[in-house]
Amino acid sequence: MMSKQVSYWTEFYKGLYDQNPIFRQVLGMCPTLAVTVSGPNGLAMGLATSFVLLFSGIVISSLKNLIPKQVRIAAYIVVIATFVTIVDIVMKAKFPEMSKDLGPFIPLIVVNCLILGRAEGFSSKNNITRSVLDGLGMGVGFTIGLTILGGIREILGSRTIFGLQVLPDAFEPWVIMILPAGAFLTLGLLFGLLNFVELKKKTKKIKEDQQRALAEIKKLTESSEEDLAVKEG
Amino acid sequence: MELVLVFLSAAIVNNFVLAYFLGICPFIGVSGKLSSAFSMGLASTFVMVIAATVTWLIYHMILVPFNLEFLQYVSFILVIASLVQFVEMFIKKVSQPLYRALGIFLPLITTNCAILGLALFSVLREYGFLESIFFGLGAGAGFILALVLIAGIREELDLAEVPAQFKGVPITLIAAGILAMAFMGFSGLISN
Repeated sequence: MMSKQVSYWTEFYKGLYDQNPIFRQVLGMCPTLAVTVSGPNGLAMGLATSFVLLFSGIVISSLKNLIPKQVRIAAYIVVIATFVTIVDIVMKAKFPEMSKDLGPFIPLIVVNCLILGRAEGFSSKNNITRSVLDGLGMGVGFTIGLTILGGIREILGSRTIFGLQVLPDAFEPWVIMILPAGAFLTLGLLFGLLNFVELKKKTKKIKEDQQRALAEIKKLTESSEEDLAVKEG
Repeated sequence: MELVLVFLSAAIVNNFVLAYFLGICPFIGVSGKLSSAFSMGLASTFVMVIAATVTWLIYHMILVPFNLEFLQYVSFILVIASLVQFVEMFIKKVSQPLYRALGIFLPLITTNCAILGLALFSVLREYGFLESIFFGLGAGAGFILALVLIAGIREELDLAEVPAQFKGVPITLIAAGILAMAFMGFSGLISN
């Protein structure tokens, strides 16, 4: 068990920003880059991954005492592959268009490091409730990341967002955005932007800490001076 | 001729890393140094060729005759995982220097999506047996090419003045983007 139990809310919330799978942990990069040609594609991929994440988390955390340590990775992969097969079959039946768009990237959820990472790093050590919350949080964080990336590429690459035209016809679509190169560039710039915000936050915090420390020193020296004055007096 | 086209298509025109985004994790993870990038590429290629052969045999000899196609993901990933294990044991027994060079990278290959992607693509495109093997070879060559290129660029980048916000992963992604753009020059050379 974890040495320090955090609240259920934190368990869910951490996946959204603090430990966001894409931007913080840099996990699951292959689908992130490959399918985010448009917002809907990103959303669909995110939801499919979340489903697998959630249910494999439930199964793995409930079987954690039954699976021998030596073969755990193979066991996890089989559980994950089973759920991926379910997703794939359901998507082929219900959303054939989307399934065609995403192509082999649905089956490739099996080797998404995010899912195996959560299985090994979280579900195998925590109870079902926590695994559900963790899976939901990570899934939502992943979905949001994919949708943002897909949205940006869709707006700039084809003037639309979720199929609705948002930029005027006068705007020449940047074809590069919907090509592979655009994925790398957009994600690289997004990462840079996020680092920029984080660095700013950090420097602000350091400055505040410094000021607090300075104020403390000032107070201390003042009080010691007073002490001295009292003694001398 | 057909086989050469399959090889070139997988290696250059539709490079696995830069056009299909397969194997991005090692691409970003171990591309810091040129030597380790090359070893990783070599180990992956090795597994890719064997995996392409074995998964083709399993799919066409076992799964199709028994109408078990829906089991392909589970069986492929299990085959790949055990294959990686066997390859590791084999190399350890046969060549110690090679094992020391590739050793730490081998377990990582199981979760390299390029391997499973290769097996899935070759089913999807209905490749024959020989085509599958050449597809594996080509994908491996392309993987080595991309990994070595980006590792070379990153070694140079270490000396460049990169803004603090872009150090590490972001600048690697942007460099990869420019590399992908360069590789787009090959598109249309071979259809599919």
